[in-house]
Amino acid sequence: MLEDLFSVVKTRLSADSKNDEPRRSKTDIPKDLLFKCPRCSNVTFMEEFQNNGKVCPACSYHARLSAKERIEITVDKGSFEEFDSEMISKNPIDFPDYDAKQQALRDKTGLKDAVITGKADIRGEKTVIIVMDSNYMMASMGSVVGEKITRAFEYATENRLPVVAFTASGGARMQEGIVSLMQMAKTSGAVARHDQAGLLYIAVMTDPTTGGVTASFASLGDIIIAEPKVLIGFAGRRVIEGTIRQKLPDEFQSAEFMLQAGFVDMIVERRRMRRTLGHLLRLHKTEEGDVNE
Amino acid sequence: MSDLTASQRLDIVRHKGRPTVKDYIPLIFDDFFEMHGDRYFGDDGAVMGGVCRFKGTAVTVIAQVKGRNLEENKQCNFGMPHPEGYRKALRLAKQAEKFHRPVICLVDTSGAFCGVEAEKRGQGEAIARSISEFMTLRTPVISIILGEGGSGGALAMAVCDELAMLENAIYSVISPRGFASILWKDASREREACDIMKITAEDLVELKVCDHIIEEPAGGAHNDCEQTAENISDYISAALKRKLQKGLDELLNERYNKFRVVGEYEENVSADEPG
Ligand SMILES: [Zn+2]
Repeated sequence: MLEDLFSVVKTRLSADSKNDEPRRSKTDIPKDLLFKCPRCSNVTFMEEFQNNGKVCPACSYHARLSAKERIEITVDKGSFEEFDSEMISKNPIDFPDYDAKQQALRDKTGLKDAVITGKADIRGEKTVIIVMDSNYMMASMGSVVGEKITRAFEYATENRLPVVAFTASGGARMQEGIVSLMQMAKTSGAVARHDQAGLLYIAVMTDPTTGGVTASFASLGDIIIAEPKVLIGFAGRRVIEGTIRQKLPDEFQSAEFMLQAGFVDMIVERRRMRRTLGHLLRLHKTEEGDVNE
Repeated sequence: MSDLTASQRLDIVRHKGRPTVKDYIPLIFDDFFEMHGDRYFGDDGAVMGGVCRFKGTAVTVIAQVKGRNLEENKQCNFGMPHPEGYRKALRLAKQAEKFHRPVICLVDTSGAFCGVEAEKRGQGEAIARSISEFMTLRTPVISIILGEGGSGGALAMAVCDELAMLENAIYSVISPRGFASILWKDASREREACDIMKITAEDLVELKVCDHIIEEPAGGAHNDCEQTAENISDYISAALKRKLQKGLDELLNERYNKFRVVGEYEENVSADEPG
């Protein structure tokens, strides 16, 4: 079953790589046939890495997935209905070249911005799902990310549904200035209303969950799950190293570090994630008509 | 009001003699009793708070502290709070809610502190919790940015019913220096960053983030601290009057919508997408 799920990822990846990458040949080994782990520097064949669900076989670092890949391995087949799929950002502070940069990224990634939202079933349980995609401007939070996440929580509150959010972000969308900062308040406000309605919110922190996303909705889950070895933190590592003038240990700001510090409930491997989410959703289910007001 | 560029205003807010909350609090409030600690870890000198009277009304004041000299700056960590600072602020805000006191937040920080201990104690969680709790706090909240409002570290104390800024204050997603170093890999282009980031009070009124600009004496607040305090005081009177007459549900809906409407996007534009 799980193997099937990962072969879906694999098919999708090979379909994606058709774009403009050089054709692969068996004689010389181009870089894209190998995966070098950013955590432990171990090198594996890309195919093995992909068959392993994009997890480093040496250290179990859980590498980044696109939002589409994540949705495919998480939700019940055919159950996903996307919200706000056409929303694109304007240029609120007239930042030079921001419009052109966004257009180029939309063309390159096939994404409209850095988050996909919608509703779906996970092992039969209905939920709203939010998935951030680090391929788009490192999933920084601008107007579209903020608005789509806010709407997703509002929809969940109105329809009394839980929310599962896979977070990933480099932080604020600098090019949107203060408007980006305000998305932290906007999304957290929507989470607070969902919370007050007595509904379940599960945050799944994936690589990397940092900056303004950590300092807003990502840290507000009733349950916070992290994938192994992913980066979780508020401040950038280099900023801190600059302040203290020394190198930080490798495990600093890892999922394991945050678990130890008390900010993550559990670390769950990718191959067990879907099952874990299904169980947790079912555990929190209220009977039909038994709405706790 | 004076017509200055963002980088000129940055110079004014960084002026050595720029008044801090320690100057303003005795001029604006009476009978200030300072309260210490977050009840979990410790007492953060970068955030001070307490109960006092404002023109006879009991209020809670929560303020970010910048030092006026090196000694004070050691005490207050140059105005950069740790998680326990935000947790102290939140504790005092919840106390204000319990006793039906309005909350006045005075914001003045270049940002939340970035360090190993701050990460270990959950800087991200502390800010997130503060934002979400202030969003639903059932008492009026007025925030005033006095100098620098830097990033999430400022926002944690600026989720409010009305946001005012001193005329020369700035409020930004990241410090201009950080902005230059991230976008151009060159921190020395700070002034240039300043002038494109849209961080002045006027810019922020236009972007619907700031609701009111409090005038400063000619040349900046350091030229007349008493006059600035009086201007702040006049603003607080008017703002409290506006907010105290509202029912709490109406107030909270308006607070939610104040942030809800910020963002610029368009929909149904697939036609302009090639292929
Ligand atoms: Zn590895």
